[in-house]
Amino acid sequence: MSATINTNLDTDQGSLWEVFIQSKPGQPYKHAGSIHAFDKEMAIENARDVYTRRNEGTSLWLVPSNEIVAVSSPESASFFEPASDKIYRHPTFYNLPEGVKQM
Amino acid sequence: MEETLLDEATLLAEFEAKIDAEIKIEPRDWMPDAYRKHLIRQISQHAHSEVIGMQPEGNWITRAPSLRSKKILLAKIQDEGGHGLYLYSAAETLGVSRDQYIQWLHEGKAKYASVFNYPTLNWADIGAIGWLVDGAAITNQVSLQRTSYGPYSRAMVRICKEESFHQRQGYEIMWKMMEGTKDQQRMAQDAINRWWWPALMMFGPHDSDSAHTGNAMKWKIKRETNDRLREKFINKTVPQAELTGLKVPDPNLKINGTDSFGEPTYEHSDINWDEFWQVVNGNGPCNQQRLEHHIKAHEDGAWVRECATAFLNNSNSLNG
Repeated sequence: MSATINTNLDTDQGSLWEVFIQSKPGQPYKHAGSIHAFDKEMAIENARDVYTRRNEGTSLWLVPSNEIVAVSSPESASFFEPASDKIYRHPTFYNLPEGVKQM
Repeated sequence: MEETLLDEATLLAEFEAKIDAEIKIEPRDWMPDAYRKHLIRQISQHAHSEVIGMQPEGNWITRAPSLRSKKILLAKIQDEGGHGLYLYSAAETLGVSRDQYIQWLHEGKAKYASVFNYPTLNWADIGAIGWLVDGAAITNQVSLQRTSYGPYSRAMVRICKEESFHQRQGYEIMWKMMEGTKDQQRMAQDAINRWWWPALMMFGPHDSDSAHTGNAMKWKIKRETNDRLREKFINKTVPQAELTGLKVPDPNLKINGTDSFGEPTYEHSDINWDEFWQVVNGNGPCNQQRLEHHIKAHEDGAWVRECATAFLNNSNSLNG
């Protein structure tokens, strides 16, 4: 029923790699898309040519698509439940006296 | 897991609730078959258009009038290849390989934008393509940034960031030629005469004749109709033509009102739909040439893919 991502493509165009770009030092890496490549070196070069022609980043991560483990809420509704029954994790949960500063 | 307990109607209701709430659909989410099929057709057609679109422009790389214009044209064509790859990347998330998409193109089962089946006869055509063809594409792509399918939307955002350079380089060529000699002005006018209508055809059939508009609008794959996008393009492009002294080749073109920003809107002639369908159905001036060239380039590159595969197999067996 649910869509499976075909990452192990049976073609002569190499395997799929996911591209993550860090826009500036200190920033988190962000998913940009994917590319085809036959090895790590080609993956890095192809990612540079396809995704960073205009200084979009100073650093790249390349990950073979079939090595990524993923889960999302529609597949397994209860998976993220532990996060929703602990509202005391949010600062807005707490009552504080009037006039308290810098908190 | 729990999903197997849900029937199709429930899944569809959940899917449509997400669409209504402007929540993007991601590759692993459940989606109706018709939605997936529409995306496979539309995104691959879009990807093929980017790649086939490199051909008419490639025709002028060796004949560009200056080193400056040659460098710019090369960079633009490289961008088009890149845009094709962003889009194939988005299309592959639907579970179909790039190889398969290319095979469908070669078999004539997949289409690309008909506008690329027209030839580029003089240097001003490169100007007209950047200004009008990329301009029409931008109008469509700006709207598609809000498409409901996540990977397609993200590819559109990336592409739109790069496209405005394309349109400006085209417009600059036209403007320079209109500032030049009589011959250059004549060539520029000749180019808009030939490219105006094919650019308007890029938005597709009238909404009433478009087989794909219904579900595409309901499921927010498309956010605006073909006719609405075409109007937007005409309204912003006509004043750009007038500014350079170019005449839009439409005897019935006239201002018929203003939009919400106070800018003029235009009444215009209808497209020659016979020509439109002729070109869509393979009988345009360059259909055969474009496809044959793509097949040849793909076949000529086969040895590279074979070498790379052999190299990969070798290094795998060496690494045990």
